Amino acid sequence: MTQSSAKRPSDGEVVICVRGLTNRFGEQVVHENLDLDVHRGEILGVVGGSGTGKSVLMRSIIGLQHPEAGEVKVFGEPMIGREDTEARNIRARWGVLFQGGALFSTLSVAENVQVPLREYFPHLEQSLMDEIAAYKVTMTGLPPEAGPKFPSELSGGMKKRAGLARSLALDPELLFLDEPTAGLDPIGAAAFDDLIKSLKETLGLTVFLITHDLDTLHAICDRVAVLADKRVVAVGTIPELLALDHPWIQEYFNGPRGRAAQDAADREADADPVENMKRRQAALESAGGDTAPAPGAGE
Amino acid sequence: MSAPADFDLADKGKTLRFTGSLTLARLGDLPQHLDDLEASPDRIDIAPVERMDTVGAWLIHRLARDHDIPVEGASEDQANLLEQIAVADQPLKEPPVPVHTFNRLLNQMGEATIRAGVTLVGLIGFFGAVLIDFFVLMRHPRRIRWNALVRQFEVVGVDALGIIGLMSFLIGIVIAQQGAIQLRQFGAEVFTINLVGRLTLRELGVLMTAIMVAGRSGSAFAAQIGSMKLAEEVDAMRTIGVAPMEALVLPRVVAAFWMMPMLSFYSAMVALVGGGLFCWFSLDIPPITFVSRIREVVPITDLWQGLLKAPVFGMIIAIAGCFQGMQVEGNAEAVGLRTTAAVVQSIFLVIVLDAFFAVFFASIGWI
Repeated sequence: MTQSSAKRPSDGEVVICVRGLTNRFGEQVVHENLDLDVHRGEILGVVGGSGTGKSVLMRSIIGLQHPEAGEVKVFGEPMIGREDTEARNIRARWGVLFQGGALFSTLSVAENVQVPLREYFPHLEQSLMDEIAAYKVTMTGLPPEAGPKFPSELSGGMKKRAGLARSLALDPELLFLDEPTAGLDPIGAAAFDDLIKSLKETLGLTVFLITHDLDTLHAICDRVAVLADKRVVAVGTIPELLALDHPWIQEYFNGPRGRAAQDAADREADADPVENMKRRQAALESAGGDTAPAPGAGE
Repeated sequence: MSAPADFDLADKGKTLRFTGSLTLARLGDLPQHLDDLEASPDRIDIAPVERMDTVGAWLIHRLARDHDIPVEGASEDQANLLEQIAVADQPLKEPPVPVHTFNRLLNQMGEATIRAGVTLVGLIGFFGAVLIDFFVLMRHPRRIRWNALVRQFEVVGVDALGIIGLMSFLIGIVIAQQGAIQLRQFGAEVFTINLVGRLTLRELGVLMTAIMVAGRSGSAFAAQIGSMKLAEEVDAMRTIGVAPMEALVLPRVVAAFWMMPMLSFYSAMVALVGGGLFCWFSLDIPPITFVSRIREVVPITDLWQGLLKAPVFGMIIAIAGCFQGMQVEGNAEAVGLRTTAAVVQSIFLVIVLDAFFAVFFASIGWI
């Protein structure tokens, strides 16, 4: 996306600051001396091959993984070695969406959304909490009848939306998303992208986004951090990354899938109405022509 | 059906020619014949082959590789297949070294010992963490999760009344009946009452209850917490700022600690009812006599013994269950393994501790 450099956060305040992070599981070194900054108001995409430790990086930042060395600061406060009940002022300012949604299986969707509210504002009226939960659930694109359902009754995509609703319960400033569009159908994934982008714009969120989805990277990420060789090898907009000649980056963004996503993003950016109309006409004709609605009106 | 795979030596044994269908289903004992092949051909001809799958291609490739001879007559598709097979022909790194059975046995024993030691240390560490968090929570009583606690009281205590009552009633009858048979030989049937009264209040009430609670609640604790760990619910809890120790572990431990003495007292009482009914119907000892004999022969210290042991057992069961649940990692199989481990460990620890208690109480004169 070419205009993304214009959306760069102007104040440049660093929300997440990772310095010299080293993670090791037995013999296997996952991160070595990793540095990363996330600025306020940006959507930072984190990419990397399988096993490069994207999730481990996220877990280190949110304090679920105790790294061997290094420091992590979120909102300027150190996160490493803090107990679960410590740093509560930080935990109230972030939301985390895990890969599978990680909803509490014994609670309904609405109750799940209320868990953070209850935790930090125990004296809130129940009726108000119900209302908050209801509009958070609808805001994430779930039907209102999903509220009283239990996680086991939801599809994978709905679980992710419900998980997002819970992570947004306290109106966080910082959102961690672990592969939010993995396993969603393309339409659902695109809708999720739009949702995150609009939330970011309306609520001023900073988003730390782990993804494998090249379309998501092109569509919503302001900057992309590339994890390889046990560290962050590059951070920048996609055109900036493409200017580097790192083999993995080139293969990732210039591979067949990367190209397709790039083309899709370009097409959206400078859609040629005449060409589009022609293609649509052709598609409709081959599908049986006159039964389809008249094209072009929706654009 | 296509012809089975076969080969012959043409051209005075210089050309190995394959025929038929070189596929897994039609291979027959071709590989053995190929192994027994004594001639050393100069080339392989697969032109007459009708079909070839990856297994057939592998055989051809292996033959060509081992004898270092060319393959001829391959169609375009077959050539592609052979090429792909050749690319995939990479030796697996570090083939497993065969270990002598005796060494393997030693190895397994060593690993099991280390594992047991690590588990024991982990369990003791977890016990310490539970105690610390308990006292921290006592200082901040507003953080106590009453809902979770009351819910656990219900699950561990109230819901167990039916099964523990039934079991204790039957145990009471069995003890009375077996005791009566033996004591009848001395004409001392009336001592059945001593047997039932002392045994149930002192040992069996609390022990049977502990085993039942371990099987019912200890396993449930491990499975619940374990599956929550798998679904990242425990992680989600932490990121929200809810300590799993406070929300998951402590309510369960406290509930088991409080419910065990009540359940074991209840169990002893129901067993006495069972034994009393047996004495009434079978030995013609009326309930009023049974009760007054119980009061004469059972010292109050028997009751204290049962009631003192019970909370300790309850705590051990809950801690073992929660500890194993928190250890779950990886896949659903781990939940099953950890649940089993929780039950086995808690029953084992309960019986070991019971032996210590027996020696201890005897030595302070509570005989």
